[in-house]
Amino acid sequence: MAESVSATNELPSIPGDPSPFVRFWTSLRKNNSAMTGLGIIAVFAVVAVFAPALAPYDPLIQIIGDRLTPPLTDGYFLGTDDLGRDMLSRIMYGTRISMIIGVVSVSIGSLVGGLVGMLAGYFGGIFDRITMRIIDIMLAFPYILLTIVIVALLGASLVNAMIAIGISQIPRYARIMRGSVLAEKESDYVLAERSLGAKDGELMFSTILPNTLAPMSVQATLGIGEAILSSAALSFLGLGAQPPTPEWGLMIASSKEFVTSAWWVVTLPGVATLIAVLGFNLLGDGLRDVLDPRLQE
Amino acid sequence: MGRLILRRIVQLIPTLFGVVTLAFFMLALSPGDPARVMLGERASQARLDELRTQLGLDRPLIEQYGLYLSRVVQFDFGTSIKSGRAVTEEIADLFPATVELALAAMVFASFTGIVLGVLAARKKNSLLDTASMAAALIGVSMPVFWLALVMIMIFSVGLNLFPTGGRMNIRYYFTPITGFYLLDGFIVLLREGDPKYLMSALHHLVLPAVALGTIPLAIIARVTRSSMLEVLGQDYIKTAKSSGIPDFKITFVYALRNALLPVVTVIGIQFGLLLSGAILTETIFAWPGIGKWLYHAIEARDYPAVQGGIIVISTVFVLINLLVDLLYSVINPRIRLQ
Repeated sequence: MAESVSATNELPSIPGDPSPFVRFWTSLRKNNSAMTGLGIIAVFAVVAVFAPALAPYDPLIQIIGDRLTPPLTDGYFLGTDDLGRDMLSRIMYGTRISMIIGVVSVSIGSLVGGLVGMLAGYFGGIFDRITMRIIDIMLAFPYILLTIVIVALLGASLVNAMIAIGISQIPRYARIMRGSVLAEKESDYVLAERSLGAKDGELMFSTILPNTLAPMSVQATLGIGEAILSSAALSFLGLGAQPPTPEWGLMIASSKEFVTSAWWVVTLPGVATLIAVLGFNLLGDGLRDVLDPRLQE
Repeated sequence: MGRLILRRIVQLIPTLFGVVTLAFFMLALSPGDPARVMLGERASQARLDELRTQLGLDRPLIEQYGLYLSRVVQFDFGTSIKSGRAVTEEIADLFPATVELALAAMVFASFTGIVLGVLAARKKNSLLDTASMAAALIGVSMPVFWLALVMIMIFSVGLNLFPTGGRMNIRYYFTPITGFYLLDGFIVLLREGDPKYLMSALHHLVLPAVALGTIPLAIIARVTRSSMLEVLGQDYIKTAKSSGIPDFKITFVYALRNALLPVVTVIGIQFGLLLSGAILTETIFAWPGIGKWLYHAIEARDYPAVQGGIIVISTVFVLINLLVDLLYSVINPRIRLQ
């Protein structure tokens, strides 16, 4: 009997039966939204990694004589800003910063939030009640307000912006993880592992964890897009990246005085932000469709 | 129902207590010295000590916290370091501006979003459906402050249709009555028959409201569409159709009513978020509301103002969420029992 129960956890591989990953990839490939999103992200990732090779100019070099050159003029594909810096190169380097911010802050949020949610859901009791109370209080603060206050207290910088965004995102991951753990922990396969003598740590991290990754990865994908937007907002308020960093939000902020004269300085960094965030939102929506069969129409 | 409301309000108390506690300790434990901020870098040690005693900063933290709690309960958030005025008074002065902007944005977002969502759901996979859902996805993916700037660039600077900022033509020497300028303009119109204040207030409100309302609009449209699709697929709609009830009536009366439940929730949540999103829009449109005020308070490290602002905004946010929950159980009797 014990053997057949433990078998539910590790199915014997039948020849011709595709692995879970292959099955996941097959259905993801049929999802237009996910593939478009993935394509956008891939382009941005390539630009981020190879920015030094791809960018035609140094993003910080100022050619004062060429200041505010419109796009497609004098070899400047996207024009130059008020200090004569190449917009295309700045946007390319900005991709680097935004991708790093997105990944780092979501890692902070999902690791801390996931761990808290796992422990709270698994052990329950007083620890669960106290941590969930704290999470509720954090959720009582509007997200962007919480981020602004944390970064204002830590001091304005890019690193602190990432930490603040990560902290503000903790509650959502904690809740999702706790919910999934509560749903999984009484399942037969977990009870079976337990009856076979598995320890708490083993149950949490090797039995239950893999089954909570679907909702977590949907939220993390959407979270990266939101983190990019938040970091742009913080830089816009002067609380994130500092000049002359080519960060998109900061570029938009410093273009404020050119709304009357140079549309490209105002518009282009925003368009880059929009497309990048759109990529993560498309992928997140697609992942949700693929990973959550209940939502499939 | 009465008991439900009472229970929910009682449940609110620990959350609000937590909000006040967190707001107090976040600022109290942050680096920087309020006395130093008030007196400037070159203040003498004696004056600093004197001010610290006066502000109670020399006492143990836990005592300061107790004192702060006892004052907050009486709606006393202390005195703003920057202006020297009572924080409560400043917030009360600025709150109408923010609420007016948020309400206008929400009315725009709800109306347009629901209509768009319903039309998209009625003709699923049509050009209108695809286009409006693509627009909605773009809407949730862009930075609000950037949209605001682009709108200023196009509609204020380029086409010269709307002012770039402020709430009222500065040449009007306008004394607010309620602080809600639309309402004030209307009162003046009734009293004196002069519509210029009302028109000016409206003229200034359009651009910020549309900019602030765009993201909620996109979210409301998406939720309305998926909720409508679910309802339109149900048996009672098919029955209604087979009974020959006009399509228009089925969509807007029978289906929409039930489809609105999740939409109401989203509208409430978005309204709460708008109040905090105002910190960005108000800064761009020079809108003298609580968001712009809080931003400057943070910049100036005006501790009592920041604490008060955070507590008030979060409290309103929590209250709106409560209201939405209660409203939801009023509309949908099925969940009232829980």
